[in-house]
Amino acid sequence: MGSTLTNPFGTALALFRSKLGGNSRAVFWCLNHDKKLVERCPPSQKRLKSNGKRQMLARRTKSTLRGGWRIALLWSASASALWALKPDSASGRGTNIFSPASTPAKSISDLSAFVLVITGIIFLVVFALLFYSVVRFRARASDGGREPAQVYGSMQIELAWTIIPILIVVVLFLATARVIHAIQDAPEPPGALDVIVIGHQYWWEFRYPKLGIVTANELHIPVSDLDHSTPTFLRLLSADTDHSFWVPELAGKTDLIPNHPNRMWMDPQREGVFLGQCAQYCGTQHAKMLLRVSVDRAEDFSAWVRAQQKPAVEDPSAIAGRRVFEQNACMNCHAVGGTPADGRFGPDLTHLMSRATIAAGAAENTHDNLRLWIQNPSAIKPGSLMPAMKLSDADLDAVVSYMETLR
Amino acid sequence: MSSNVITASVGQTEARPWVDELHQWLTTVDHKRLGILYILSALLFLMIGGVEALIIRIQLMHSHNNFVSPEVFNRMFTMHGTTMIFFVAMPVLFGFANYLVPLMIGARDMAFPRLNAFSFWLSFLGGLLLYFSFLGGSGLYGAGNAPDVGWWSYAPLGARAFSPGHSSDYWTLALLVSGFGSIGTAINIIATILCLRCPGMKINRMPLLVWMNLVMAGMVLLAITPLSAAQIMLLIDRYLGGHFFDTQAGGSAVLWMHFFWIFGHPEVYVLIIPCFAFMSEIIPVFSRKPIFGYPVMVAATVCIGFVSMSVWAHHMFTIGMNSYANSFFTLTTMAVGVPTGIKIFNWIGTMWGGRIQLKTPMLFSIGFLFQFLIAGLTGIMMAASPFDWQLSLSYFVVAHFHYVIVGGILFALFAAFYYWYPKMTGRMLSERLGKWHFWLFLIGFHLTFDVMHIPGILGMPRRIYTYEPGRGWDTLNFIISIGAFIQALAILVFVANLVISYFKGARAGNDPWDAWTLEWSISSPPPAYNFATVPAVASRRPLWDLKHPEDPDSRYE
Repeated sequence: MGSTLTNPFGTALALFRSKLGGNSRAVFWCLNHDKKLVERCPPSQKRLKSNGKRQMLARRTKSTLRGGWRIALLWSASASALWALKPDSASGRGTNIFSPASTPAKSISDLSAFVLVITGIIFLVVFALLFYSVVRFRARASDGGREPAQVYGSMQIELAWTIIPILIVVVLFLATARVIHAIQDAPEPPGALDVIVIGHQYWWEFRYPKLGIVTANELHIPVSDLDHSTPTFLRLLSADTDHSFWVPELAGKTDLIPNHPNRMWMDPQREGVFLGQCAQYCGTQHAKMLLRVSVDRAEDFSAWVRAQQKPAVEDPSAIAGRRVFEQNACMNCHAVGGTPADGRFGPDLTHLMSRATIAAGAAENTHDNLRLWIQNPSAIKPGSLMPAMKLSDADLDAVVSYMETLR
Repeated sequence: MSSNVITASVGQTEARPWVDELHQWLTTVDHKRLGILYILSALLFLMIGGVEALIIRIQLMHSHNNFVSPEVFNRMFTMHGTTMIFFVAMPVLFGFANYLVPLMIGARDMAFPRLNAFSFWLSFLGGLLLYFSFLGGSGLYGAGNAPDVGWWSYAPLGARAFSPGHSSDYWTLALLVSGFGSIGTAINIIATILCLRCPGMKINRMPLLVWMNLVMAGMVLLAITPLSAAQIMLLIDRYLGGHFFDTQAGGSAVLWMHFFWIFGHPEVYVLIIPCFAFMSEIIPVFSRKPIFGYPVMVAATVCIGFVSMSVWAHHMFTIGMNSYANSFFTLTTMAVGVPTGIKIFNWIGTMWGGRIQLKTPMLFSIGFLFQFLIAGLTGIMMAASPFDWQLSLSYFVVAHFHYVIVGGILFALFAAFYYWYPKMTGRMLSERLGKWHFWLFLIGFHLTFDVMHIPGILGMPRRIYTYEPGRGWDTLNFIISIGAFIQALAILVFVANLVISYFKGARAGNDPWDAWTLEWSISSPPPAYNFATVPAVASRRPLWDLKHPEDPDSRYE
């Protein structure tokens, strides 16, 4: 416990004890109507015998132990249960807010640890007071039904437990305000990557305006190191309802609200795939609006950019599937670069096969899943806005093979 | 004597056929009967909301569960939240206020008995409207069912484009109608407290329960009115071509958020302040000491009333307010913890040096203190807005506000039930069943809501009907669901206790707890007119003065 905090509490505790006294003191204080402290000796207290007191002490020790044992057991049981369940975030693909991989998430995590320590200390102090008073001042048969001393209050104690919390609030507020400013008011450096994120019911659209890339559900950004920072700045928009962009290990969440553009940034210092998902309830399939952020090494990222900038692969063997795609409603909602298909209601499919998942992360991008998804989206994601296209088996197979050429 | 005549007529009432009895209950303007009606309707909706919670918990027991469809799940959490806030918590607290305030200030009824009956039936009608949506609303995708837009119905999800049919109209109308009922009751409580106090009951001698209900009623007036205004605007949007919240026509989703939360956060205090009131009556009686620091408790309550009107946007830290707004609401939210902390300290100060009787009402009160302490501290964590950018909209928040509403409000309510049931019915609740109820509920509560903080820290958002395996959420959710069933079992014990004790409980007598406020000076249940002669008081604890003529409080105040 930090000395700056225990000392005021210790003082308050001492005041508390000296003012309230407990059973052993026959002098009590109360506030009279003139708000002055007057000494008051309750008639019931005068008859307290020292012999009775000793007996009470013995009984009290026993019951304290019993109560304490019970609570200790409860706490250790729950603590060990929690420890056993502690998920292994080192195995990767975790979404633990306390394993940050980027500056905003790191400063939030540090602030959180500070707030946790302070609130933890407050908890221990107040819980100790509560526990002590319940155990120590329990009614006992030896009380003989006498009323305890009638104490009405004390202005000094009230002042103590008003001023100390105010000081704690000031400290917490200043620490928090620094972090708010550092994260929210960070200027965008010239080398930063810009991405526009558009939330749709129930998928993510990513646009890289300076690079001419449109993709969906799997965001690729470059890794950033502290010496040579290449942060990514996201501009958050919504096409329909409210959504929230949350990848816990990279940054706190920010909502995507129609007519209310927002901004957030991240500078991941670790490569890998970071998971997240929509955090603001956005409709039926809010649960399966998943999000993957792939943090790539600089050269991998430029390779990915070059691949994404190309138009769709034209594979003559898949011409039948392409015809089905373009003669049905598919192309009204989906775009395939370099073809007449330019729908914007659903995800861009130009480089569909470069993505690991389909349906906003609800299924892996495999042949069978792709087929099932086109045949009956509700089997994977009930309530999804993609309709079942009711294609014949032959057409279905053709479209799936066409999709599989879109690398 | 006049009381004999009235007793005789009460005897005749009992002999009447049940149709007459029912007619009397339906047409009553007696504050005590209306209070009980409020409480019974809240218990009915508590059962329904509880079943909805269990459906949610079964669905989340393991990843990729298919117990209910996503549509049904979304309806369940919408209905659970709306029901528990508007048709359980508010009515049950209004019920206790209705029953207790006139008795505690020595009045014969509320100031406006007819308005009182009107307000109750409006609130109840609101609940019926909400549940009529299961039959009459056609929800998203023409499914014909209850609203599924969440209990705060964020724009534009509540607009016609995203919520066709009438299910969210029933939600809107239910809140509008019950809101008018709440405003009526709030006016009534304020008028009663200001105008009908018995001789000698100066404003600084009122029991703390009365003080706190006065503050609560004032906050209801300030909080419910913007909500009602917003509901009317939403109806204009949906049916008269308005564009307040219709983002597709340039409306503002953020405006709805402000309207909702400027209601929504004071609402939390509207619910918790009456529970502070219960604590401030029950803890002194079972510690056998007066409340520690009465004037400071009053000041802290009024202070919470004011400060909590300026903290609403801490529900909106993730919507992209600028850094100054975020800092301001961080400061106000942390500041409201100071008067709240003072209250906890004062309750502990009341117990300190007392002779604490661990009867069921006191057990629930100690449970309240412990859980409310933790709820307050997790609240401080989320007041730090960057921390909230991670925790908001996650299961951590769900755990936090259930800690407030179940661990705080519901525990305080159970304490109030065990404490005042003898006054309302003339029978004691069984202590044995009460202890079973307490321990079962305590274990279930902590199993559910202690564990629920962890998936939030591990990135699990709220309101998802299912989740992917391998995220470390499965086992945790399984434990949470088990705890929910233990709580449900405890609630059944409680209801059994209410029913069995009504017929077989020990006779309570006027004053079973050896308490100090005026309601314990009259018979249990009190006669229709409450007080045969209007009492006069000389201190904050009139019955203490009566029982201890050698050492009355009035000498020190």
